[in-house]
Amino acid sequence: MNLTAEIQKVAKRYPDSKSAVLPALRLAQEEHGWLSPDAVREVGAALELTPAYCMAVASFYDMFNLEPTGRHMIEVCTNVCCGLVNAQAVLEAFERELGVTPGETTADGEITLRAVECLGGCSTPTIVAVDHRYRQSVTPEQVAAIVEELRGA
Amino acid sequence: MAPETLVLAGAEEAPLRDLTSYQAVGGYAQLAKARALAPQEVITLLIESNLRGRGGAFFPTGRKASFIPTPDKIAKPVYITVNADESEPGTFKDREIMLRVPHRLVEGCLIAAHAIQSRFVFIYIRGEYSTEYEVLQAAVDEARAAGLLADVEMLVHRGAGAYICGEETALLESLEGKRGQPRSKPPFPAIEGLYASPTLINNVETITTIPVVLEVGPEEFSKIGVPPDSTGTRVFCLSGNVVRPGAYERPHGITVRELIYDIGGGIADRRELKAVMVGGSSFPVMTPDEVDTKLDATSLGQKGLFIGSGVVTAIDDRACIVQFALRVAQFYMHESCGKCTPCRVGTRWLVQLLRAFEHGTASEDDLSLLLDVCDRIIGKCLCVLGDSAAMPVASCVTKFRAEFDAHLEHGGCPFGADSSLDRLFAPVDQHHLAPVAHEAGI
Repeated sequence: MNLTAEIQKVAKRYPDSKSAVLPALRLAQEEHGWLSPDAVREVGAALELTPAYCMAVASFYDMFNLEPTGRHMIEVCTNVCCGLVNAQAVLEAFERELGVTPGETTADGEITLRAVECLGGCSTPTIVAVDHRYRQSVTPEQVAAIVEELRGA
Repeated sequence: MAPETLVLAGAEEAPLRDLTSYQAVGGYAQLAKARALAPQEVITLLIESNLRGRGGAFFPTGRKASFIPTPDKIAKPVYITVNADESEPGTFKDREIMLRVPHRLVEGCLIAAHAIQSRFVFIYIRGEYSTEYEVLQAAVDEARAAGLLADVEMLVHRGAGAYICGEETALLESLEGKRGQPRSKPPFPAIEGLYASPTLINNVETITTIPVVLEVGPEEFSKIGVPPDSTGTRVFCLSGNVVRPGAYERPHGITVRELIYDIGGGIADRRELKAVMVGGSSFPVMTPDEVDTKLDATSLGQKGLFIGSGVVTAIDDRACIVQFALRVAQFYMHESCGKCTPCRVGTRWLVQLLRAFEHGTASEDDLSLLLDVCDRIIGKCLCVLGDSAAMPVASCVTKFRAEFDAHLEHGGCPFGADSSLDRLFAPVDQHHLAPVAHEAGI
């Protein structure tokens, strides 16, 4: 993929190309795995914005990773609706299974575990986003299988 | 099939995702009807229906549309921005709508575009919604291929994880490629919105209700629910400690009791109800003696409560209310954009004070300090995020005072590990934040 060309193609869809900063950062992150200083510079160059500006935007949003993350991402909702029906036990099961605390990545660089705010799936708690796809009604008992699935992928 | 299903009509059993099946239930017929009318006539229909915003603010939709200058009054283009940044804790109705009736949302957008004579519709969808984005984008592409968009451009724009971008001016900033920090108002978006042009901003459910208004007619629509103010249906978001959580479309005016007990099957695990989060986590909590209150703006308003985004979350007697208040405060601390001081600093104070109650380091004075901090936030911030943190916390203190007192007497949480919310981790603790003055003992 030619990242610069992709970004400029997206930018043309907006009345003002600056509006493409978020989609551009998303594309760069998909390409590089995270938003390294080089990736942010690439975004800036494609949109004729300074790297500092792009970094200021990137650092505002939770979904942009300014540090390297694992090859897979596990995000557990721990807001109140999931919390009322035991999200904490699901999160702790992942912590035990992966040997990391929320915000950390496994030593082999494979899986990052995160706690996140309400994902909008409150009728099927606990919601766990695995590589940005929702798993519904996740229980602590299902945690080992999810991790195994990712390790095998 | 519930007869009151309007917004989700046709999708009660299975999602109605493709154009053919949507057209089979009369889809896009209302767009044709609207386009045969003069733009002003469509706005008049919306005003007559008294449809109000489903995002939380409940502002009259027709009136909002009427604020947009007509092309003869302004040289700039006018825009429509659909708020699909659904992030209010407890809210999942827009997600259900986008997954189940994406074309009805697209149809609503096109009717609104005709009404205000706009040729550019942006749908700002929260970044975490991946499948929802794909389903919606597919519907837009299908509508475009079928020529239904006519001269209107429709763009689905993905957010990147920020609750504050659900605030309309923060959404506009984000859509302009900036940090999602709210603007000061006025000017209001209807005058100076996206790219400083007049912009109509509506929530997903509101826009999706527009074809319904045209289909049943404004007069009939305005009789549904609790006229004159709370007309039509809501896709209520029932969650928490209930037997059957889910998105249930019902007319305004159903009681909290009916929703929790008749529709939701009551409190799970034979527990007792302790509190209800109504409207979302941004509002005062409801006590069990208030559950016969009707879910309409007026009935709730009389009790100091809000309909918000149609949330009803049952909290059973296993939950410690201080822990609940703490977790709510931690959410707003995490999501505060940092632009204005009462919110940025105040949310941190709330978290630290509530934590002190939990940890047994709070004193009697901290109870009044907690309310004092709430008072110094409410109505003093640039946007409503600060109020949204302070209102639920203050309501927990005033409505569950005995529980705070019990924490003081016990020297910490009297429920301990028995509380359903015990040790609940908050994302804000994933960051390393410097303590503010209170914690540092300054």
